[in-house]
Amino acid sequence: MDIRAQVSSVFHLDKCIGCHTCSIACKNLWTDRRGNEYMWWNNVETKPGTGYPTKWEDQEKYRGGWERVGSQLRLKQGGKASTIGKIFHNPDLPTMDDYYEPFTFKYADLTNAPAGTDQPTARPVSMVSGKPMKIEAGPNWDDDLSGSTVYAANDPGVIELSEEQQQQLFAIEKMVMFHLPRICNHCTNAACVASCPSGAIYKRGEDGIVLINQDKCRGWRMCVSACPYKKTYYGWATGKSEKCILCYPRQEAGEAPGCFHSCVGRIRYLGVLLYDADRIEATAMKADGELAAAQREMILDPFDPEVIKAAREGGLADQIIEAAQASPVYKFVKEWGIALPLHPEFRTLPMLFYVPPLLPVLSSENQGTQKISNDFFTSLEQARLPLKYLAGMFSGGNEEEVEAVYRRLIAVRIQRRAESVGDLSEAELLNARELSGLDRDALDAIFRMTSLTRIKERIVIPPMLREQAIEAGMDPEDYKQEMGFGSRKAPKRRW
Amino acid sequence: MADMILFGVFPYVALALAIGVGIYRYAIDRYSYSSQSSQFLESKALFWGSLPWHYAILLILIAHFLAFLIPTGWGTLLGSPTRLVFLEITGIALGITTMLALVILIFRRVINPRVNAVTSRIDWLLLAALLLQVVTGVYIAISLRWGGVWYVHTVSPWLWSLVKLNPQIDYLANLPGIVQLHAVNAFFLVAIFPFSRLVHVVSIPISYLGRPYQVVVWYRQRRSN
Repeated sequence: MDIRAQVSSVFHLDKCIGCHTCSIACKNLWTDRRGNEYMWWNNVETKPGTGYPTKWEDQEKYRGGWERVGSQLRLKQGGKASTIGKIFHNPDLPTMDDYYEPFTFKYADLTNAPAGTDQPTARPVSMVSGKPMKIEAGPNWDDDLSGSTVYAANDPGVIELSEEQQQQLFAIEKMVMFHLPRICNHCTNAACVASCPSGAIYKRGEDGIVLINQDKCRGWRMCVSACPYKKTYYGWATGKSEKCILCYPRQEAGEAPGCFHSCVGRIRYLGVLLYDADRIEATAMKADGELAAAQREMILDPFDPEVIKAAREGGLADQIIEAAQASPVYKFVKEWGIALPLHPEFRTLPMLFYVPPLLPVLSSENQGTQKISNDFFTSLEQARLPLKYLAGMFSGGNEEEVEAVYRRLIAVRIQRRAESVGDLSEAELLNARELSGLDRDALDAIFRMTSLTRIKERIVIPPMLREQAIEAGMDPEDYKQEMGFGSRKAPKRRW
Repeated sequence: MADMILFGVFPYVALALAIGVGIYRYAIDRYSYSSQSSQFLESKALFWGSLPWHYAILLILIAHFLAFLIPTGWGTLLGSPTRLVFLEITGIALGITTMLALVILIFRRVINPRVNAVTSRIDWLLLAALLLQVVTGVYIAISLRWGGVWYVHTVSPWLWSLVKLNPQIDYLANLPGIVQLHAVNAFFLVAIFPFSRLVHVVSIPISYLGRPYQVVVWYRQRRSN
């Protein structure tokens, strides 16, 4: 057993209101620079929809992630020799048109225009070339555009659905959508790390944050195509790839990452998971539908004395183990089993988990009173958003996984309704509880965690023991004069 | 005198700049030690430019270096007429490939407004110098036949005399002007190597082949084993 700690997260999609506050917080902190305007380390997509960059989930188009070749895992874009052979031109690299061309407006024209009979206008200009341009896309261009024949209908997950399911999805007055906030998943089997010819991308051993060493990066751009989530970005002005850093400078100071801290819906949970690094490859080799379960299997119980012993032997500090025990992510993923990884079939073992949205409001109007249907299992099958679609997103197509989550989420609602309204029969409550596989306390705990907790319970940042790290690696006096990035230079090419 | 400066002194200046400034830049600004790729801004024309350019210029450079480093072996290789003709034709074909590819790359930077916006003055200088180099190279290959053979008896001894710190500039002074231009421009490219995007030629990510896929970095030595 090789136990490592990983700062992981859970996003509760039922709570996301799609306000993009997270995106803006991130943009203001990290990517408000020339060459980074188009980058949204955190973005919020409307699902069904094509996302950002457009159709990023379609790996036949982008060739990101891993594939199984015999008993081996190989990057979908090619093996190592093939990667080196492509350094002069990466055929799988998305271009700016797959994201959008950043734009601004000539605002000065509004005040400088000579007097005339028509209104002065501020024409849009490209932030790359400065030339006038036609704006055709943006970072959230299809925001809330469910049912669109351009966006929603071309969602790679929707295309997989049957004709009937698609029609059901786009039926008038039954239109359905949810928001999907995305950041880097800080994967344990990261494809970006594996694809970097320069070896510039690495996972921090202590907390599992995946970073790109900016001085080592030579801009080969293999990570951009290899990441199936398209969460590494090429900075066209600096010639360097950049990605979400999980706000490690903030975390090292004990603060929540920007997007977590600013989340209006409080959908974001952060905490440490302990996992067995020896099992990474075996886990990533599982069949598509088994990946989500296998990944849960890889995550270890921080209360298990044997795990604690092995973790200590592996050099994990006691404070980290304590943080793992207090981790809300562990509860969501393992204890309650209501959070699933996004697209586990990409085989990168993402460490960001999602509570799938319980979109189908399982009640029907009945002569003025609302009644939760007796048998929610059947209702699930009639859900407005087909289970197949959600299973395609969160469990490699395994509908049982998503169904199990929904049984638990529904049981929470039924239990709360029984308590607060009291119009449900005991039999119904017991049935829901039995189907969920969770007891009364667990269901209550889910309710508490999803609705009543304060930030310290939702976001449990482990002590990153930065002071020890600094003392081990460099002179603290030197460090004091730096910005905390280990570099005193601005990210700018001077030659 | 001019010959002495161009063929006897300038090569040393160029090499000194390349090594000295190259190391200096690597030490103080490793961040910029790469070619700033523009594939993200424009990919299709780059495919037709970059790919043939790099593979063809690599082969041509290898031939130049082999003929310089092991002139006797190279001479033996070209001893048979069939091999000589084969290499001559291959060389000219590769030369024309580089020329066409470079023209594509230059036009791409002129025409595409996005790529144009990320092209610096030193990029233009470099492109001009490279174009001059491949055009003179192809012209020499076509007008002064069997370069593979006469190179061994003229340019190779000149380069060796430079290596031995005893420049014999007569070898080059007696060659046609176009060859002299090609040689001096070659050292000009060496001279601007550390100031331009050319620095990327020393980043050969060969260690990638030997490393494990996943890279994990620890702050401190994790355990004693």
